[in-house]
Amino acid sequence: MADTRTPPDTEAEEPGTTTGSPSVRPAGQANPRRTRTKATAGSGWTAALLVSPTLLVLSIVVLYPTLMALRESLYGVKGLDPTTGFIRTTEPFVGLENYSQIFGAAGDRFWNAFWNTTFFTVVTVGLETVIGVAMALIMHKAFRGRALVRAGILVPWAVPTAISALLWRWIFHSDGVANALIGHQILWTTEGFHAKVAVIVAEVWKTAPFIGLLVLAGLQVIPNEVYEAARIDGAGALRRFWHITLPLVKPALLVAVLFRCMDALRMFDLPYILIGAQKNSVETLSMLAQHEASNVRFGPASAYAVLLFLYVFLIAFAFVRLLGTDLVGGTERSSSPGRTRRRRFAALRRAEVAA
Amino acid sequence: MKTKTTRALQGSAILATAGLLLSACGSSGGTDSGEQAGSTSFQGRGPITYVAGKDATGVVPKVIARWNALHPKEKVSFVQLPTDADSQRQQMIQNAETKSDAYTVLSLDVVWTSEFAAHQWIDRLPEQQFPLAKMLKPVVETARYRGGLYAAPASSDGGMLYYRTDLLKKAGITRPPVTWAEMTDDCAKVRKLPEAKDMSCYAGQLQKYEGLTVNFAEAVNSAGGTVTDAGGKPDVDTPEARAGLDFLAGAVKDGTIPREAVTYQEEEGRQAFQAGKLVFQRNWPYMYALAEKSKLAGKFAVAPLPGLNGPGSSSLGGHNLALSSFAKNKATALDFMKFFSSETSASTFLKDASLAPPYANLYDDPSLVKQYPYLPVLKQSILRAVPRPRVVSYGDVTSAIQQEAYAALTGSKSSAQALKDLQSDLQKSTAQ
Repeated sequence: MADTRTPPDTEAEEPGTTTGSPSVRPAGQANPRRTRTKATAGSGWTAALLVSPTLLVLSIVVLYPTLMALRESLYGVKGLDPTTGFIRTTEPFVGLENYSQIFGAAGDRFWNAFWNTTFFTVVTVGLETVIGVAMALIMHKAFRGRALVRAGILVPWAVPTAISALLWRWIFHSDGVANALIGHQILWTTEGFHAKVAVIVAEVWKTAPFIGLLVLAGLQVIPNEVYEAARIDGAGALRRFWHITLPLVKPALLVAVLFRCMDALRMFDLPYILIGAQKNSVETLSMLAQHEASNVRFGPASAYAVLLFLYVFLIAFAFVRLLGTDLVGGTERSSSPGRTRRRRFAALRRAEVAA
Repeated sequence: MKTKTTRALQGSAILATAGLLLSACGSSGGTDSGEQAGSTSFQGRGPITYVAGKDATGVVPKVIARWNALHPKEKVSFVQLPTDADSQRQQMIQNAETKSDAYTVLSLDVVWTSEFAAHQWIDRLPEQQFPLAKMLKPVVETARYRGGLYAAPASSDGGMLYYRTDLLKKAGITRPPVTWAEMTDDCAKVRKLPEAKDMSCYAGQLQKYEGLTVNFAEAVNSAGGTVTDAGGKPDVDTPEARAGLDFLAGAVKDGTIPREAVTYQEEEGRQAFQAGKLVFQRNWPYMYALAEKSKLAGKFAVAPLPGLNGPGSSSLGGHNLALSSFAKNKATALDFMKFFSSETSASTFLKDASLAPPYANLYDDPSLVKQYPYLPVLKQSILRAVPRPRVVSYGDVTSAIQQEAYAALTGSKSSAQALKDLQSDLQKSTAQ
């Protein structure tokens, strides 16, 4: 605040980002943006001082544990001293041996968990997206009792995962509702593909409302005149959905899908409680890490956790890079094309109608 | 702008790391003290903690209050952990790994003793100070590691065979079965009765979890085999063990054990028995009181578990008291352990919470037998019981057993192959 001088290079960069966009901005919008640039690009040390509490907290709660996990993953298991019968007090440094174990001797278990995790992520997020968008469209409609429907749809999301896993365990019990409905006894909680199905059903039931919620928020900012214009042009419901709703809701939808992907990749409690520990059919990477840690093998456990971290990181990175997911929401560069396109689209329509 | 931002980031990163280093230095200060090997001097008096799973019966606070009234300067506070055994173990391990003195006396599941002793998370105890001679021998065995006493037996538990007296009587059978073959024969007779047409014969705890390890070990021991020998070496690829596993797997296959029993834990089995779906069921004593309150009241009784050629042997359950190596006020802790595992306390636990005592004579007390008619059977069960494998890496051993036994039960492996694989898995995990 003390220093509002703008360095010349900042000013030079500023117009560069906006000149690319063809839209004509109202004059009032340029001003607050400039002052914001000034405030953040002030003296480096003031900024450092102001940001450092945040960075300190972040490094304590994120960076430090990550680095400790990386370090821990290079240490082996404390061995048993056969003469005394006691476990040695220090962990040996083994370098990358934990990782070579995972891809070598313990490879079957790792790849099984890896494919389970990937399978669950792809299938559940795919189903959730379809069902979630459908839920959002229903919640968006104006009709009597809408509040009740909205509340009803959101209830599963409000139930803690562990509790919903217990709930579904009763449904998938050998004498449970699921078997009564299909009129045939399937032992859902034993090994096999049916166990996977049980997990997918419970997971989709629980988290489709999350996507519904975010998409609903996206739907509510689409101006109604866009639809009106399309309807006048004779676009059918399906066309309106495909060419207007979906593109305009895409930023919100992508954020929702990204969040769900990251959650699904870390899936632990649902298969653990619903089907059980150490069931090969539903074992995920998180369960492997937990299994190692609970048997006091912190090195291998950390190695699994690091691999899972890398996997989640890669997926998130791919999302942001390839699909341009707008995570920060409201940074000028990523949101402005959407807005201008929308505006241009509306303007074109108006011109056509006028003609 | 770029250079400015970088510099700013660098600046705050330096501040942040400085803070981190300071905090790291502070925490790594006093960790190298407190390494004790074997010999412990029990010194220091003052307040201590008793750590156990959640107490649903309300009897533990009562016994602790009695101690606190007698020792106002050495008060014990009760730290309750979650109900489920895995999270109890996890929290106790966490406490030990950080060498915290927050936990003093630990209530350990009997199968954890070796692991906790080998890691030196618990202290070796002076044997002569506990009345071990008055206790049931298999129970005392669970408290030992490599010959040394590392825990004081506090409560015990054994499996029993619950059976339908009404149906057996109707089918003309006068005594409960002693062998597996008798049990299957009895079942066949009972199922000829019109009211038992749709019933299954037998179930235990065969879901893939700790209960399966218990049931598998019982089947193997009841057929004369062993899972691990006296020295802790696995010895499971034997004809005896094969006979045991064949009994379970064969019974699932021919319907003696209902197909859905591979999803049963204690509660599911109890419900099936109480709903009249089973003639026989293996369960712990806790079920007795619950079944007495159900519509089966008066229509069932308990017997020792059957075996291949005669009475079988149960796996042991129960809890032992251990002393955390990192605790303070160990003199008080030792006194408290003696008090808490004494015969007086054990009889309170039996009367008020139906916890099986480690003391032999309590099982023969007529007033207690009147209250808990299963006590004589339970005593036999515990006397013939074999502890589950007493190994340091129990977690790996039990998951290997669950993996292979479940494969045999669900038919994805032959018993012979499962036992062969199990033997090599166990050799790996006990070799560490």
